[in-house]
Amino acid sequence: MNELPVKPKLARLFRMQWEEAQGAYVLLYPEGMVKLNQSAGEILKRCDGERDLAALVSDLEQSFGATGLEPDVKGFLEVATERGWIV
Amino acid sequence: MSDTKHIPPPLWLLAELTYRCPLHCVFCYNPLNYAENRNELTTAQWIDVMQQARKMGAAQLGFSGGEPLVRDDLEELIGEGHRLGYYTNLITSGVGLTEPRIARMKELGLDHIQLSFQDSTKEMNDFLSSTKTFDLKSRVAKLIKQYDYPMVLNVVLHRYNLDHVGRIIEMAIEMGVEYLELANTQYYGWGMVNREQLMPTREQLERAEAVVNEYRAKLGNKVRILFVVPDYFEERPKACMNGWGSVFLAVAADGAALPCHAAKSLPGLDFPNVTSATLQDIWYKSDAFNRYRGDAWMKEPCRSCSEKDKDFGGCRCQAYALTGDAENADPVCSKSPHHGDVKKIVLQAQVKPVTVAEKPLIYRSDANSMQYASIPIKDIRDKVT
Repeated sequence: MNELPVKPKLARLFRMQWEEAQGAYVLLYPEGMVKLNQSAGEILKRCDGERDLAALVSDLEQSFGATGLEPDVKGFLEVATERGWIV
Repeated sequence: MSDTKHIPPPLWLLAELTYRCPLHCVFCYNPLNYAENRNELTTAQWIDVMQQARKMGAAQLGFSGGEPLVRDDLEELIGEGHRLGYYTNLITSGVGLTEPRIARMKELGLDHIQLSFQDSTKEMNDFLSSTKTFDLKSRVAKLIKQYDYPMVLNVVLHRYNLDHVGRIIEMAIEMGVEYLELANTQYYGWGMVNREQLMPTREQLERAEAVVNEYRAKLGNKVRILFVVPDYFEERPKACMNGWGSVFLAVAADGAALPCHAAKSLPGLDFPNVTSATLQDIWYKSDAFNRYRGDAWMKEPCRSCSEKDKDFGGCRCQAYALTGDAENADPVCSKSPHHGDVKKIVLQAQVKPVTVAEKPLIYRSDANSMQYASIPIKDIRDKVT
């Protein structure tokens, strides 16, 4: 229903911040909060409207010394788009 | 139970800044006897509460009431909330939200405004709130978007406006809101005394829900529509407050700390006040906040129920209001021996609805509130059930 953005960025409705008490990044929005797991946090904080999927993947693979992350990253971006977190 | 290691910190601080309100809504959840106690925390006391809760881990901060705009230190509190790193929510009727104030709040970092409407029509809005506020609210809705706030439009649903749901959604689209919260009336406080007149029929509800689903399919995630279920019509209770003392901390106008906004209606609980105890002690150590944590307090059928970790036995205030014992299962649950009483209430609305002509609505007003002030809560319960 909602297409994957080419260069995703956090939707205006959401604010992302590190919460010490929860030891996690959270997404804050009107009267709600989503606690992000580590990989979701790492992906989302790179969604700055400049990087496309390929750039996100290579950045993450470099940062974590990993390979083959594309399916996971794409999968997460699909969920995040569906939930309106990114545009 | 009072082992603080296993108690998660509060995530939501609701500051009920005042019980003063220019509106008189018939479904208001504020305590019936609110007019009896007019004490309000000072600006410095509120700031202290906000600092303590933030330190403990709260990330969401709601300013509510009553009407929070009647406090002229609201802007100062918003500014402090923002500085502390909260996501700040203003929950308002819109009355008093002038352009200079809304502009100032933007500068100070207010994140979001939730505006209430009573209906999509001027007549019903003004009737239900006993005020002439529809046009004013419409102007405020425009201001909110003009100043680029994310906006939640909140409309409480009941027999008199459920059939207008389509028009209410159209109104929300026109206003450009991000979230529309269609909240079926929860029967607490003033909603409880007006329950017979407000209770819809099952057909009304089903029609309304079908309309909501049509719009959801059409709108995608452009406008998120939340449809808060009318729990009397359900077979399982709501996971009230996501569990007692689990994420939600409300502080009432006078400083009483509450695990939910309606908790003052419960007997035998001494709610600690932020003016005489630290939030840390209140949250982790007070009897009131520990009373319904975990499941040791539960009776049957909850105690041995496989779903007890999902719904926590439902709502304590509702269990008390409808069964006389806060430790009983919420009677919305079909496993409750009192479930038949709830079904009877629902059926009554179906077969022989009580009309406003037969029994006038009781508006939330200082005068009406004083009528309840001297009545022990137990007798209020007997009066309305």
